Amino acid sequence: MLSPIVEALTEGRNRRVRRYRFAIAVLLTLVAALFILTLSLGQSFTPPSDVIRVLLGKDVPGASFTVGQLRLPRALLAILAGLSFGLGGVAFQIMLRNPLASPDIIGISLGASAAAVFAIVVLQLKGPVVPVFAVLAGLGVALLVYGLSYRNGVAGTRLILIGIGVSAMLESFIAYILSTAPAWSLQEAMRWLTGSVNGAQLGQALPLVLALAVFGGLLLSRMRDLEALRLGEDTAAALGVPVARTRVLIIVAAVGMIASATAITGPIAFVAFLSGPIAARIVGSNGSLLIPSALIGATLVLAGDYCGQFLLPGRYPVGVITGALGAPYLIFLIVRVNRAGGSL
Amino acid sequence: MTIRTLTAHELSAGYGDSVVLEGLDLAVPPGGITVIVGANACGKSTLLRTMSRLISPKKGHVLLDGKSIHRTPPRELARTLGLLPQSPIAPEGISVADLVSRGRHPHQAMFSRWTRKDDEAVAAALEATKTVELAERPVDELSGGQRQRVWIAMALAQQTEVLLLDEPTTFLDISHQVEVLDLLTDLNQSRGTTIVMVLHDLNLAARYADFLVAMADGRLHTCGKPEDVLTEQIVRKVFGLESRIIIDPTSGRPIMLPIGRHRMAD
Repeated sequence: MLSPIVEALTEGRNRRVRRYRFAIAVLLTLVAALFILTLSLGQSFTPPSDVIRVLLGKDVPGASFTVGQLRLPRALLAILAGLSFGLGGVAFQIMLRNPLASPDIIGISLGASAAAVFAIVVLQLKGPVVPVFAVLAGLGVALLVYGLSYRNGVAGTRLILIGIGVSAMLESFIAYILSTAPAWSLQEAMRWLTGSVNGAQLGQALPLVLALAVFGGLLLSRMRDLEALRLGEDTAAALGVPVARTRVLIIVAAVGMIASATAITGPIAFVAFLSGPIAARIVGSNGSLLIPSALIGATLVLAGDYCGQFLLPGRYPVGVITGALGAPYLIFLIVRVNRAGGSL
Repeated sequence: MTIRTLTAHELSAGYGDSVVLEGLDLAVPPGGITVIVGANACGKSTLLRTMSRLISPKKGHVLLDGKSIHRTPPRELARTLGLLPQSPIAPEGISVADLVSRGRHPHQAMFSRWTRKDDEAVAAALEATKTVELAERPVDELSGGQRQRVWIAMALAQQTEVLLLDEPTTFLDISHQVEVLDLLTDLNQSRGTTIVMVLHDLNLAARYADFLVAMADGRLHTCGKPEDVLTEQIVRKVFGLESRIIIDPTSGRPIMLPIGRHRMAD
């Protein structure tokens, strides 16, 4: 008789779904809590009631400027960039089944950053042209790394090593451009090398929202195929996933998000790289990693930025904090992958 | 269950510029167990991968019921033609029930809900492979033999009439090899699933095959009943090995005994 087995299966699946939803609810709460913290507690404290009134568009003396002009754009941009990095990063990690294959390790973020610096400093461009430039450059770097590592198919390790090489070249290119710029501040340089949400403006959020809607939507529509890809390309193909087409779609969508975010905040170090594995620790195989990873990305950027501003002596851009978190994890991962050959 | 015909016509395939398969014709007997054997690098895996559309042929066609599989929409094909690749990957910590459920992928639309029919297919697959008790265990913790049964269960949950397997007994000890091949024979007999697999062990191949295919240098050397294919002459040609063939008293199938240069009794 099958029915007892069927009951047990249904129950098991419902349990997995419940755990997954619970994890997402916790992450959403965390992001919301950090958002409110960022808005209300900075150099001075603004009561939440005032914060809400500012958010509703009311004029509150004192709070309107600090909350509305300084803190809100910053928090919003941190969330949007975090979502983009988390989502784009985990898509790459799942597709190549290697946590090291994240866009910030294999040169895509730095490619977008280099393009943005080039566009701003050399071509003197401004506004929404810059993200477009960055997205194209990100795709170009993805294509380059992919092409260079192609030999009877793409092996993850080869792609990662080539990506690390390309990253190093791009980083020195950024440093070179910045050093020839007529007037550049340390803050600006830090933005393009490690990422920062300093000087955020509300208008910058719009292109990011658009990129998230278009590219993020595209990725989420491929959620099931991405889940199947976690079983390996052969198995995914056997299950009816059009592997080649899905791969192109995922690359375009993930690069689109990463590059758009990078063009505005710079390549916030290791957020794309850290989000997926943390999400995998939290939700395991109970469901797709895409949404949890996006929320972790937002948490990391919000929390990192808050630490960098208020919890440490001196002020640091968010990329310095996330970089300090990510580097030890990178070393740990390389040691572990060398021993066991890890996957996501 | 509908009986499906799977055939290859003048099939040439390979990787990059190198050609591994050349002008191969094969008609898989519907409802039977076909086993492909041959020396290393003779193209047997390439043949299986091309017949399951993992590789596109350079020339020729693979037809399922007369229709090219490389022109059939992937999802539609995956409801008829299943494949268990050589080294599938289980995500860390995934449970057996969850992994086997992934076999339902081609039956589900983008946002469709999980149905009772899906659960029944998964339950039947778990039962057929005797993995019901393992359902809630993580796949990482299973033994090699158990894990292979779980992967076969996933392929079964896909409910395809044709199932291709690339060396399903690799890395298993002999008792588990026999267990897996018995299981596949059960499926063939109870569900009428057409099975095509690559095997390394000639004697197990001859024992379990209804139809044995011997390949050499990217071509089909001989195919037919095991007793007609597993002969001293063909072993010499296909494997470059001197051997003696005797008849297994248990199964009545041929057994190949290799003759080396040492340990000869007179």
